[in-house]
This record gives sequence, C-alpha cells and structure tokens, in this order.
Amino acid sequence: MSSNNDTISKTLIVVISLCLVCAFIVSTAAVQLRPVQEANQLLDAQTNILRSAKILEGAATPAKVRELFAKHVEERIIDLATGEFTDKDPAQFDYRSSWRDNELSTQLNKKDDVASIRRKPHYAPVYLVTNAEDELISVVLPIHGYGLWSTMHAFIALETDGNTIIAMNYYEQGETPGLGGEIENPRWIGQFEEKKLFDEQGNLALNIVRPGNASDPNHHIDGLSGATLTANGVQNTFTFWMGEQGFGPFLSKVHQGALNNG
Amino acid sequence: MANAKEIKTVLFGPIFANNPIALQVLGVCSALAVTTQMATALVMCFALTFVLTLSNFFISVIRNHIPSSVRIIVQMTIIASLVIIVDQLLKAYAYDVSKELSVFVGLIITNCIVMGRAEAYAMKSSPGMSLLDGLGNALGYSLVLMVVAFIRELGGSGSVFGVEIMPLVSEGGWYQPMGMLLLAPSAFIIIAFFIWVLRTFRPEQVEQA
Repeated sequence: MSSNNDTISKTLIVVISLCLVCAFIVSTAAVQLRPVQEANQLLDAQTNILRSAKILEGAATPAKVRELFAKHVEERIIDLATGEFTDKDPAQFDYRSSWRDNELSTQLNKKDDVASIRRKPHYAPVYLVTNAEDELISVVLPIHGYGLWSTMHAFIALETDGNTIIAMNYYEQGETPGLGGEIENPRWIGQFEEKKLFDEQGNLALNIVRPGNASDPNHHIDGLSGATLTANGVQNTFTFWMGEQGFGPFLSKVHQGALNNG
Repeated sequence: MANAKEIKTVLFGPIFANNPIALQVLGVCSALAVTTQMATALVMCFALTFVLTLSNFFISVIRNHIPSSVRIIVQMTIIASLVIIVDQLLKAYAYDVSKELSVFVGLIITNCIVMGRAEAYAMKSSPGMSLLDGLGNALGYSLVLMVVAFIRELGGSGSVFGVEIMPLVSEGGWYQPMGMLLLAPSAFIIIAFFIWVLRTFRPEQVEQA
C-alpha cells in the first residue's frame, strides 16, 4: 500500500490522470471506428432500399449492394410542402440531421404530430428505382414514427402509381424483441406487399387491424398479437407520412403521373 | 503467486458454486432484457465478458493508488470507458447485432456484477487473479443467460439460434408458441427454476430462513 492515497493532491492526480487516459482511449476508438460505422449505416440503408424495391433478395456482399445501388437507384430530394423535386445535391443532404435544424424542419404541435416525431422536415429524400431495362419501376420513401418505446425507421417502396406497395422494410427500431420487434419479421412485413395505400376516393385506407380480423384484401393488415402499441405506431406512421404533412403532396403529383412523364 | 487450486476456485467457482446471478442475484436486469433470442444473448455474454474481465484487471492494477474517497467513481470511469469501446466495436464490426442489442450494451455500465466484482474482489487482489475472477463471473453470467435464452427462444419462437426446431402454427406448422416466454417476467420464472435446481443439488446455498 502506498503511504496515503487520501490526500487532496493525490486524489486529484489519480482522478485527473485516469480521466485523461480513459478519454484518450475512448475518443481514439470512436474516431478510428467511425468510418467503418458510417459505411455500415450507409450500406444498411442501401440494402434496405434495394430490398424494399425487390431489386435485391436475400443476402448480398457489400460490393454487390453498392453496385446494384449505383446502377438502379437515383436519390432525389423533394420539397415536402409542394411535392416538387428540388435541385439539392443528395450527397450533401443529411436527412437525419435536418430534423434538428431550424431552417430545415419545424416543430409540430401535438395535434398534428400523429406519429410522435416532434419535428416535421421540409425536405426529404426519395429514391427512384429503375429495372434492368432502365424503366422506372418504383419510388422508395423513407418514413419514421414512434412505436411503443422507440422511433421506428422504414423504407416503403411504391409502384409508379404512388398507391400500390411493392414492399416495406423496417431497418431500425428498438421495440421489444419477439413482440413489437416482429415488425422486422419478413412474414409480417410481407403482408404489405401488393396492398394499396389509398381507396378510390384518395383517402388513406391502409389499416392495421386486430390480428385475425383482416377482411379487406387490398387495405387490411393483420396486427401483431402482444404488440398493439407498436402496431398503432406503424399505423400512425402511415397516417402522418401519407398525409398532407408528409408525402401527401408528392404522392398526389405521382398519382397524376408525375413519374411517368419523366 | 496463487497455486493451481486457488486459480481453479476463482475461475470456475462462479459458474455453479458462487454464480453471480443464481446465488448473489446480481445482473438480473440484462438477463431479462436480452434473452428472447440466443444470438443476441450470446453477443451480450461476449460484451459482458470483455468488460468484466478487463475492468477487474485494470482496477486491480491501479488498486493501490485509488483514493478510497472516490473509488466508486474511479471504478465507474474505467467500466464506462470499456463499455463505450465495446459498443463502438459492435457498431463497427457486428452492425446487425448491435442494432438489436441497442441500449442494453450501454446498460452493462449499471450491471451490478461488474461493480460488485470490482469492489469485492479487484480492489483487494492481484491483477492476474482479478482477471480470472472477472472471467469466471462472466462465464457464470453467460451460463445463466444462455440457459434462459435457450428456453425462451425454443418455447417462445420454436427456434434455436434462429434455426427453426418446431414449426410454428403461424407458418403452417404444429407448434403454438408460448407468447408468455417472450415477455420479461418469464425470465424471472426461469431464473427462479434455475436457482431451485441448483440449490437442490447444492443445499449449502440455501439461506437460513
């Protein structure tokens, strides 16, 4: 035992040097690993966009994902309020950080904040997906909303009519594993395929109903038993993002054929 | 230096004789949270093993210089740094699993086993023995976690490590999963059974009423 550890000077020296060493190690790890982590996130997003649009099925190597993404997907930034494409450079646009930016998003009041996302972005990326013959086959939209205790992020791929769902894919969520977490389960999320978002009057008709009660083959999705609040969150996500606050203006342009004539 | 017998006691004692979850009932929170699937539970075990082994080691290395007035905060600093490193490593090299574990890796910081071993053992023992003690306790924790995860995944989802063993009714099979097993309280019940079985074979662990 060293003579006296409890003098003020010894205490300060030990604590300060320990903090410096730990801070150095932690920040080195964080900085060194950041490029790998960011590459992972980008790759994960690209994989999910390709999966949603059914360009990619099953597992694929990172190189394959990048190649397919470069070949089939064009990212565009739209103005959510007007639904028009903008000239913003997608490479310079960070969607997630725009949610915190006062210039690029606005606070939602309680009544409008159906999906509990607190802030409404002004701009959002959309992904235009082409097939091997270079024909536009799909538009992929990023959506997010609050479930039981996490924000759930998904990509939804629509046909060029802006109504029929090709597929949908949750890629980031923190719901209860095995219950709400089942929103990532291909069997559940697969129900969205071929469903229509809107009814003939153009109102949002997609509805997640109590498990076993799905009666309308075009619009009803069986909920998740044991995860009612997560399923409500998914429904709210749709209500918000397919409404006027979200992609509504963009989708009504798409309904009029905005994607088909270039 | 410690003899072979002592090493054995320190390393393997915590698995059955002095299991941190079953006997000391520490670290139960993460045992509830990450045991619905075996794969996530396994990664959690590795993460905890890394943190517990190294935190015991480093705390023991500097134990003679830690002022007792701030020893808990010194231990926390070391533990928290290790946990951040594990979290960063998982995000870089096991991205999918780290998404599933989400906050629970961070919660290793508050895992009582880590603090408990630092305070009870590493502060008094040599670095080598502390390292073994950390490893032994991590193995004891991992054993319980894997047993609980096995029962919960098999009963709750009909699979083991994501491989289907019993086809579920919802996929046209015959097995109606026990949804209860996927909820956190079931882990309490399984851990209780584990403790019961353990104490049946080792009656010396039973507390006097």
